[in-house]
Amino acid sequence: MITGKAIKFGDNVDTDQIIGAEYLTLPTIEDMVKFTFKNHKNFTDNYQQGDIIVGGHNFGCGSSREQAAAVLKKTGVGAIIAKSFARIFFRNAINLGLMVLECKETDRISNLDQFQLYPQSGKIQNLTKNQSYETIALPPYVKSILDAGGIINYMRTQTNSG
Amino acid sequence: MRSNKIYQEKKKVKIMGMNSIEKILAHHSKEKAVRPGQIVEASIDLVMTNDATTALTCDIFKDQIKAEKVWDASKVIMVIDHYTPSNSVESAEYHKRMRAFAAEQNLLYSYEGHGICHQLMLENHVVPGQLVIGADSHTCTYGALGALSTGMGSTDIAVSWVEGKLWFKVPETIKIVLNGKLHSGVYPKDVILRIIGDLTAKGATYKALEFTGELITDLSVDSRATLTNMVVEAGAKFGYIAPDEKTLNYVKERGRKPLEIVKSDDDAEYEKVITYDVSDLAPQIASPHSVDNVNPINEFTGLKVDEIFLGACTNGRLEDLEIAAGILKGRKVNSDVRFLVTPASKDVYQKALDTGLLRTLLDAGAFINHPSCSTCFGATQGVLASGERLLSTANRNFMGRVGSAQSEIYLGSPATIAASAIYGKITDPREVI
Repeated sequence: MITGKAIKFGDNVDTDQIIGAEYLTLPTIEDMVKFTFKNHKNFTDNYQQGDIIVGGHNFGCGSSREQAAAVLKKTGVGAIIAKSFARIFFRNAINLGLMVLECKETDRISNLDQFQLYPQSGKIQNLTKNQSYETIALPPYVKSILDAGGIINYMRTQTNSG
Repeated sequence: MRSNKIYQEKKKVKIMGMNSIEKILAHHSKEKAVRPGQIVEASIDLVMTNDATTALTCDIFKDQIKAEKVWDASKVIMVIDHYTPSNSVESAEYHKRMRAFAAEQNLLYSYEGHGICHQLMLENHVVPGQLVIGADSHTCTYGALGALSTGMGSTDIAVSWVEGKLWFKVPETIKIVLNGKLHSGVYPKDVILRIIGDLTAKGATYKALEFTGELITDLSVDSRATLTNMVVEAGAKFGYIAPDEKTLNYVKERGRKPLEIVKSDDDAEYEKVITYDVSDLAPQIASPHSVDNVNPINEFTGLKVDEIFLGACTNGRLEDLEIAAGILKGRKVNSDVRFLVTPASKDVYQKALDTGLLRTLLDAGAFINHPSCSTCFGATQGVLASGERLLSTANRNFMGRVGSAQSEIYLGSPATIAASAIYGKITDPREVI
């Protein structure tokens, strides 16, 4: 179970906003983390480790930079819930073992609402509003990558088992 | 021709009802037929990376996968184009690591100072029928040559370096039929902006876009690349244009042969078909801070701009420079505006030099930058201060993409930006040509 509060965004959050071009050549992801969402006051003021990012449609659109998913993973984001995700960001998140859940009901969620989230069932409990939301199940192959903690771990399990 | 024979043999075993995108994925995953939604493991023909993410990929390759050698040193292509020449100590260190990795792996193709990765892939590597991935979202550009190509993150790229293959979800395809002829002063950039405005930024997420129709037949490969380049701005995974005589000439002139000429079956299925008559299309502008925020130019004319950029993998090719030079010949750039021109590649630069285009642009008052991603990427040349406004031929106008989060980016065609450079204000190119 994942618990945390919602840090809410709108539609079309692009990866330039998550981590700007000027930071991509810093030596490590740790060096980039402090610039995550640097122009979003709601994030920089309110985010605490384990919180849940809530987006609208097309979360993570734009550049393929994996640093965007990587800095969110490194800051300890509990999960990202959005109405839809941009393709490359979605793959990057799965590959890194960062939980991404598609949920059509994110309009019902307010900024800073408290959550409990159950990764296996994909069920989301909004404790503040006493609501629960369904999420869209991942294709089995994709879910097995996420469950393994990312594609590298998944490759290792495949090699070990076969 | 060998490639045609392969195609015919496969047809004999009745692979019917597939579109080109499905066919290329099927052929690369050794499946007789694939359908949208299916997940396949496909072999990759080429993997391109650039200096926005390669070091991260090297870390994953070495530290996490613990790999030693890439699967094929002739198929892993590395390009330094985003921060070149190195603009900070960090990027200098980054470039040093990339060069060392390329040397250690004996990569056959490693470019620096040659231009934007996508333009180099078009000019030097991609052929029809290939499946190509790149560590850059605009990798989708190569569909202009009848290849399937798409952007991937660093972990996927690192896995492909080791295995030469990767999983793909077969996308649904939207067919876009473009009929009619463009009005003078209206260009493919206006067409693709209009399409993205209509589809919206999420309208083609995870899907493929196949462009067809009489406009496509009329367009050069350079122009087609402007269309396919921007499909990712509607969320698409692939943009595709069936190869024709122009495609074959393009690759032949550059000493290459197609892998396979793939055409969609007559009974191929599409999620939907959208038809446009482009004959009455006006120049279009995408306004801040989303590429799908598109309206006809008359809603913006007279808006003052501080900087104008001609370049990027969208519109930094020779014909784009020709369009701009054609408008600016004998005219001067307004003294209140900075006009930056960055050829997409060294080849484009040399041809623009030989044909006098650069002289025309210089005489008009342009800054000419070395071939690179330049202002579009927002890390090196032409970064904006707060309150400044950029009009650009690039493909993105995200908040803060080119410097200050308090700046604004407008997107338009090479003709629109050239006309606007004369007045320092957004100007309809039809008024000056």
